[in-house]
Amino acid sequence: MTASRVVAADADTALRYKVLRRIKSRPTTRGAVILLGILLLLALLAPFIAPQNPHDLASLSVMDNRLEPGSQGMTGITYWLGTDAQGRDMLSAILYGLRTSLLVGLTSTAGALGIGVFAGLVAAQFGGTIDAAIMRVVDFMLGFPSILIALVLLASIGRGVDKVIIAIILVQWAQYARLMRAAALVERRKEYIEAAVNFGLPTRHIMLAHLLPNSISSVLVVSTISIAGAITLEATLSFLGVGVPVTQPSLGLLIANGFEFLLSGEYWIAAFPGIALVLLIMSLNLVGERLRRSFNVRGQ
Amino acid sequence: MTAYILQRLIQSVLVLLAVSIVVFLAVYGIGDPIELLVPPQVSAAERMAMIQRLGLDLPAWQQYLGFLGNALKGDLGYSFVHGVPAVDLILARLPATFELVLLAMSLAAIIGIPLGLLAGLNPESRPSRAIMAGTILGFSLPSFWKGMMLILLFSVFLGWLPTAGRGETVSVLGIPTSLLTLDGLKHLALPALNLAIPNMALMIRLVAAGTTEAMTQDYVKYARAKGVRSRRIVGRHVLRNILIPVVTVAGMEFGSLVAFSTITETVFAWPGMGKLLIDSIYQLDRPVVVAYVMLATLLFVAVNFLVDILYAALDPRVNLTGEMA
Amino acid sequence: MHRLLIFAFVASTCLLSAPAWAQSLKIALSSEPTAIDPHYHDLTPNNALAAHIFDGLTKQDEQQKVLPNLATSWENDGQSRWTFKLREGVTFSNGQPFTADDVIFSFCRTLKNETAIAGSFADITGNFTAVEAPDPQTIVITTKAPDPLLPNFLSSIAILSSSILPHDKLTFDVAKNCGVTGAWPVVGDFNDGKLAIGTGPYKFKSYTKGTSVELERNDKYWGQSEPWANVTFVPVPNAGPRLAGLLAGDYDVIENPAARDVARIKDDKRFSYVITPSTRVIYFQLDVEREPSPFVKAENGKNPLKDPKVRKAMSLAIDRDAIIKRIMDGAAEPAYQFLPNGMFGALENPPKLAYDPAAAKKLLAEAGYPNGFQITLSTTNDRYINDSQITQAVAQYLTQVGIRSEVDAMARAIYFPRRAKKEFSVALGGWGSTSGEASSFLKQWAATPDEAKTIGGSNYGGYADPEFDKLIRTAITTLDDAKRAEILKQAGVKVIEGGAFIPLHFESTIWAYKANLKYTGRADQFTMAMQVKPAK
Repeated sequence: MTASRVVAADADTALRYKVLRRIKSRPTTRGAVILLGILLLLALLAPFIAPQNPHDLASLSVMDNRLEPGSQGMTGITYWLGTDAQGRDMLSAILYGLRTSLLVGLTSTAGALGIGVFAGLVAAQFGGTIDAAIMRVVDFMLGFPSILIALVLLASIGRGVDKVIIAIILVQWAQYARLMRAAALVERRKEYIEAAVNFGLPTRHIMLAHLLPNSISSVLVVSTISIAGAITLEATLSFLGVGVPVTQPSLGLLIANGFEFLLSGEYWIAAFPGIALVLLIMSLNLVGERLRRSFNVRGQ
Repeated sequence: MTAYILQRLIQSVLVLLAVSIVVFLAVYGIGDPIELLVPPQVSAAERMAMIQRLGLDLPAWQQYLGFLGNALKGDLGYSFVHGVPAVDLILARLPATFELVLLAMSLAAIIGIPLGLLAGLNPESRPSRAIMAGTILGFSLPSFWKGMMLILLFSVFLGWLPTAGRGETVSVLGIPTSLLTLDGLKHLALPALNLAIPNMALMIRLVAAGTTEAMTQDYVKYARAKGVRSRRIVGRHVLRNILIPVVTVAGMEFGSLVAFSTITETVFAWPGMGKLLIDSIYQLDRPVVVAYVMLATLLFVAVNFLVDILYAALDPRVNLTGEMA
Repeated sequence: MHRLLIFAFVASTCLLSAPAWAQSLKIALSSEPTAIDPHYHDLTPNNALAAHIFDGLTKQDEQQKVLPNLATSWENDGQSRWTFKLREGVTFSNGQPFTADDVIFSFCRTLKNETAIAGSFADITGNFTAVEAPDPQTIVITTKAPDPLLPNFLSSIAILSSSILPHDKLTFDVAKNCGVTGAWPVVGDFNDGKLAIGTGPYKFKSYTKGTSVELERNDKYWGQSEPWANVTFVPVPNAGPRLAGLLAGDYDVIENPAARDVARIKDDKRFSYVITPSTRVIYFQLDVEREPSPFVKAENGKNPLKDPKVRKAMSLAIDRDAIIKRIMDGAAEPAYQFLPNGMFGALENPPKLAYDPAAAKKLLAEAGYPNGFQITLSTTNDRYINDSQITQAVAQYLTQVGIRSEVDAMARAIYFPRRAKKEFSVALGGWGSTSGEASSFLKQWAATPDEAKTIGGSNYGGYADPEFDKLIRTAITTLDDAKRAEILKQAGVKVIEGGAFIPLHFESTIWAYKANLKYTGRADQFTMAMQVKPAK
């Protein structure tokens, strides 16, 4: 049993090494990794590098609203990417918006991953009625467009970063449960698990010490792409008028606010945050896609 | 076999029931439609009469049972906002959505399949990599922002196409369509393109993966060895082989787009079913939302049911006890 | 066969896209009427559409002054009895003559209206104790209580033709079905036009929900004939596409283009526009009753909104002119009361509600809040023009004087039910006066509610001023116009001084149209083909 684990771990390390090497060798992927790093850094440092705190209403002035990129405000500040309808500096708003989008993307994915992995593991381990029950719920969740579920849920519980995260967790856990179950079922048929069962090890130990670590890699790989999905979902929800509070706009909300000004030629309110959002999603997708291929996971 | 069909039938009914409960409660939870419908100056008595007429004074479960009873009789309720049957409202919007999705999926196929073939035949070539990277972009663009940028480019900057709405329609066999007028097509172009892009990316990936796989198959190698021209190989062997998964996926996408192309219809103010659904949610027009989701679910469940039965009938390996992984 | 069909379609397409006749008019609406039935739902788009096909006994002019319509004159006995003389020689579009019977029939329909939304006209006719027709050209209405606004309200009740239903002698006896022997029509019955028979300047042609309403000139109209043979209304909910459609020549008239876009047609000789102040006032309603209030956090744990000084400070902190300039793009008038001056019962020269942040800070300190307090402003984001932007701008101004403000913006579907449950501390509101009188806002929002909720139904903030209550209750039953106007002015001053409602501005309505047309805007925000004339 121990031996098989060592072998498995070794194979894992080798694979990881291979993946790293492949990431380094591909220019697109390398670019994506660097871009993702920059975006993460910008989001992290937003409070220190942004010219303005866009969440502080006292520092905004409606008299400076809808200024073109490069305009100078009443207080002498230069708005390099222009301002929105509330006089928010778009550059600052985008930096803070990146923060919100990443926060929502990462936390909700972590939450959904936790719940989904647990549910999938339980389903695979116990089988029978428990499995059937869990999987029917999963089917049900995956059968609906996630945007609709989240929209209706948020409409009834209101706005807030925390609430958006809850909504996204609710619509995303199911896909992890399905993946985890599939991976764990494969793992369960392996000899070392059978040996462990025959050995009389407690179920909990088998689940947590063997099944979980040996079948989670594929789920983790897919989750990179799901972070992008979660960020898109948040943006879309904000576009539809539910989502984060209007005074703390995420990238999606900034775009939504810019929509009505687009046709009047005030393109910068929707266009610039959109570019930031697309860069973020795209780099996540590229990295995730490469990871997935390297691990040869058939996701979704 | 009969037992299997029966079992699947029961499962389908259970799914419908579950969906109806969840949707009913979810819409119930959003808010009280009376405050939206009835102006505030109305006297308490009149307001109460209206509440009773709509059955909103009953507890949620009684309202649900009432709905269920009517639904079994084929009556999915009357719109709170328009006062006409919810199903009529939904069906009146069907042609607009249908033509939009039809055009979008055709675009996706016409552009996606050749590009997919190209990328699949030489997966390591530069153009192929560019195409595959392009598909990632296609997946990454959030639908609403992409729509806006299409409007910005083609309507605001270039002024070629109208920004939104449906154009001139003509009636074909009593069904209004804008596919046959120039104005209609102009209005269709941007929303259809917006819907088509992610599907195009999907098509490319499916076709490329299938092609690459098919090219390594023995029969293709054999044909090559025999000196069959590659055009013929692609046309006869590869394409035919990948068409089944492509058609299956395209069909499923078609279905879900017809039912839920809400975002694109919202951005382009397209008077289709998805827009109706969003509007109805915002207007708390409960009967329309519930009827809509029920119809969509019914459609999906029915299709799934038929597919499963067909599979079971055609493929003896399918476990007939209903335990399908 | 197929080819032939296609050819036929292409041919018909070409015909359809041929240049429209000069006599037809295409108008793009921002919100679509929800039904053709004129008694279904008392909504602005529905009433505006109904006014094309149907007449009321009276009508309101552009400034909401009451004018004769199907009634040529009316008088009141100083109590509850009104006598209306009906116009002679009027016929419905189906050729039937118009008589007092049609009036009784229509009033009955509003009460025998199974599918109607509550408060849609039945609240008016429900107050009638009797409606009699001493002769075919006279209608006598008796109301439960004296109602000085009856002629105003009658302008909104469309008169249907009694010929659409089988009936015996028509009487205003609802219990006996008014003498009608057939089944009263429901809302859906009107949509195909068979029942949409009126005396208005236009008649119904077709209605496709979400796509268009088509009307044609009523050649039997009793008044001056309209210049347009055909009128089409097209719903285009987004402002951008609406304007784009006008610029492209698809529409002749559009309502509510975004104010910022007016600059684009200003210098274009092909188009023209009109900005008309409306009676719709936008304001904040404060919770002045509860202790504590759900969305207020002060260091002393109290509800500072109960303090008139704090309310005054809040009003002083807001720069109304800046909001109108920067957010409304000029398409609004600052509001220092709840109905624009010039309207019935409004002050001619209300004192300006000035922007003075220094004075606001001073007042806050005097009230015991030198460090301000925390508050959440609740707002819709899909109901009034720029509603959520306005609230955010106000939040900026309040924060700048120390009242740290959050904004909770939500769809009206969520907002209105929550506001009715009094879940907010500071709530954005909007109110247009359908009667054109100052009483409309005051009795609905500021009055202490009565049992039946006929007044004070929207007093969610718990404002209570006994002196004001006395004034408003007197005003709404005073038949003498001069006296009533005077009392309403006094009542209005009380509410402004009370500070529980902070008015911001009156929305203006914009119509843009081709330069070869002339459009007269209306204060009630109705968009009507009757307002469009060819320019000379």
